[in-house]
Amino acid sequence: MSAEQPVMVVTGARKGIGRFLVEHYLSKGYLVEGCSRGQADLKDANYRHHEVDVADEKGVRGMVADISKRHGRIDAVLNNAAIASMNHVLLTPAKSANRMLEVNVTGTMLVCRDTAKVMMRRRYGRIVNFTTIVAPIALAGEAVYAASKSAVVTFTRILAFELGQWGITCNSFGATPIMTDMIKGVPKDKVDAVVNGLAIKRLGTPQDCANVCDFFINPASDNITGQVIYLGGVS
Amino acid sequence: MIDRKDAYEIVLVALQEVFAQTGAPAPDNLGDDTVLVGVDPVLDSLGVVQLIVEVEQRVEAQHGLALTLANDKAMSARSSPFRTIGVLADHVVTTAQEVAS
Repeated sequence: MSAEQPVMVVTGARKGIGRFLVEHYLSKGYLVEGCSRGQADLKDANYRHHEVDVADEKGVRGMVADISKRHGRIDAVLNNAAIASMNHVLLTPAKSANRMLEVNVTGTMLVCRDTAKVMMRRRYGRIVNFTTIVAPIALAGEAVYAASKSAVVTFTRILAFELGQWGITCNSFGATPIMTDMIKGVPKDKVDAVVNGLAIKRLGTPQDCANVCDFFINPASDNITGQVIYLGGVS
Repeated sequence: MIDRKDAYEIVLVALQEVFAQTGAPAPDNLGDDTVLVGVDPVLDSLGVVQLIVEVEQRVEAQHGLALTLANDKAMSARSSPFRTIGVLADHVVTTAQEVAS
């Protein structure tokens, strides 16, 4: 990473963990380019928001072209955008399942693909793809969401091998439950049951996420790739 | 808009850049019929990936067009649009026209 202002892309940047990470990295001197399907209310000279659905191939291509044109570089990408639908599999419509796969898997792939092309030029890049602990703990009621996030982990492991020669590292990060809009509809007893099964029996925080991302995107982490870190003792 | 001559030049310069980056010697007499994918190609498979990205980036920088050359149509074509320098240049022109329209 050069001494110039580094450029970061954060997907799902409008609210929740994404919004926290945007503000975290703005405070660290990054130029941050965020995206989400809706408008964002964050006003900062070093922040630009793109109203883009990560599952829209043309939208992602256009967003990355715009970032490349204005900055000529992308140093780090945090693929945080995701949708979840907590449903028993017997009550899950195909449309809902397909949409989760489209956003969580294809969307992650599209952002990785197009940003990596920009990173290749400078032979430097850091990609962090967000997964979840509900995959390794096999949480009932989350089958399709967990499957989509397992796909993200496998995708990221292989991506690490495909992009390593260009100095691009690719890692995954799985948070424990964090009180965001995504889980606000989940009954408290279900959340408590998950937390009680963890080694560290507390909810996750956006700061936990920033801590792991800080590690993965550190220029010194150039030999850390293809890994997945879960919070709370999950493995 | 990108004409055939522009596209050919971009492919040729991008190819030279890939040779420079990979350290492989550039063959003499590069031309329309130089094989990129197929029998006795001048690049290995990763070199082709690098070339396609390099061409996309140069088109974007020089013409302001965000192309994805490995698009659905290209990847399902019966014969590869990346098989020679000339065919790739034609593919760049066609894809640019599609994006511009």
